Amino acid sequence: MKSVPEKTANTKKEDRKTSIMQTALKLFSTEGFYTTTMPAIAQKLGMSVGNFYNYFSSKDQLAKELMLYISTVLGDKLREINMTDVSVKEKITMIVHMYFSIARERPELIEYFLRVFLSNREIFTKECTGMVCVSGFVTELMLFFDDGVQRGELKNQDFFSALGLFMGYLGGMVFLNGEEVLPHPLSEYETAIAENIYNALRKQ
Amino acid sequence: MKPRLKLLWLQGVTCNGNTHSFLNYPHLSYILETFEFLYHPLLPSTYTLEEISTCAHECDILVFEGAYDPRMERVGTSLERVVHHYGNHARYIIAAGSCASFGGMFKHSDPEHITGLGFDEKEPKGPFVKNSKLINLSGCPIHPEWMGYTLRMIADNKPISIDELHRPKELYSYLAHHGCTRNEYFEWKVDSDHFGTKEGCLFYKQGCRGPMTHASCNKILWNDVSSKTRAGSPCFGCTEPDFPRTNMFETKTNMSIPQDVPVGISKRSYLTMAGIAKSFHIPRLEKRLIDDNT
Ligand code: SF4
Ligand code: SF4
Repeated sequence: MKSVPEKTANTKKEDRKTSIMQTALKLFSTEGFYTTTMPAIAQKLGMSVGNFYNYFSSKDQLAKELMLYISTVLGDKLREINMTDVSVKEKITMIVHMYFSIARERPELIEYFLRVFLSNREIFTKECTGMVCVSGFVTELMLFFDDGVQRGELKNQDFFSALGLFMGYLGGMVFLNGEEVLPHPLSEYETAIAENIYNALRKQ
Repeated sequence: MKPRLKLLWLQGVTCNGNTHSFLNYPHLSYILETFEFLYHPLLPSTYTLEEISTCAHECDILVFEGAYDPRMERVGTSLERVVHHYGNHARYIIAAGSCASFGGMFKHSDPEHITGLGFDEKEPKGPFVKNSKLINLSGCPIHPEWMGYTLRMIADNKPISIDELHRPKELYSYLAHHGCTRNEYFEWKVDSDHFGTKEGCLFYKQGCRGPMTHASCNKILWNDVSSKTRAGSPCFGCTEPDFPRTNMFETKTNMSIPQDVPVGISKRSYLTMAGIAKSFHIPRLEKRLIDDNT
């Protein structure tokens, strides 16, 4: 019988990095980006500050990698939906469901995007300019829109007009939910929201 | 002296563009010394078109220019008969230009009947389907050097390797994009707002098909000087079977995303790279190339 190969040093380091990012994400999205210090994250993980810096050389670097990580997680999910052979309308329903599920199960991912990435642009101007840190997710959205127009289901319009309508709407709902303004759980709004998005984007 | 190879230049439904283009071949005198022109619409020839249309002769090389319409007549003989007679006896059949290769522009006047010699766009159709003697020199018009290369290879008895659309690989393995002086602008996604400028790539706003078009226009320059894209006009993809497309000065986009991306590159990979490249501002590429006012 073959023995299971031991994890290489590299994979171990990557695993450790991911767990650091998860903790950092939670702290940043609950305590705020500026008030959370690198030693505070290290302490929460039971690591020495020196060792912590072996993984991330600065807070800005950590901030950038977190955004890349979130974009990859969301991009991978969107890619699965893009590869599914269903109508554009059904895909919109799937995207809304996926986004709200993440907001429920891993709220720190969406919170970080809305409250850290979008609200503190000064941290990201140098290394995360334009699409650099969000390309995983935005590329999949582009492919989704492109496919929608090619199939004749969506109206051919400016990319950012469509992006703002779609993601702004979802982000806004998650924000209202976070502020506890919504009378019902997010999931109850999924069908109506997907319908609204489809009606707004479809070819008349 | 070796006997000269017999070349016959026949025309179907054509604008004469390839005939005229070929007159710019710098080594035309070599061609005239090496080949005997049984008939050519402009060059001195052994026979008249009337004599050729009797089908009483034979040639080594049949060059056919224009789209193929079997119902057309050449001095009282059907084009179908003339083309079959000379094509069947020839060692090589050269389709000169996109109409002869794939139907091209003239096919659109009667898409049912008009084709190229071996293809109807990219579908096999016409008098010489799957004929190994057929060499397609697509282009609207052909580059004189492409015809020159092909004839010289034949004269020197050298093999000409062809792609699945019967185009010589040596000429059509490249993309029109290769060697374009705007490549750096393409890499960084800096586009030109107008055609005719020295700066900027023509991919996003001017309809350039260079990255999707098999042609060596930027490797073997036109008149040894320039090319469409170097001069600031978009490539129209004139060597491809789907030429002519509509709205050739426009890039077809879906929600601002180009519908077609460079040959053989997945749209996902292309958009990832393009999005990241577009995120950076490169002042040097945003300025005029030559600005005497600074
Ligand atoms: S102008 Fe056309 S051929 Fe030149 S770099 Fe841009 S896309 Fe390529
Ligand atoms: S640049 Fe493009 S359109 Fe112009 S001749 Fe070459 S292949 Fe044809």
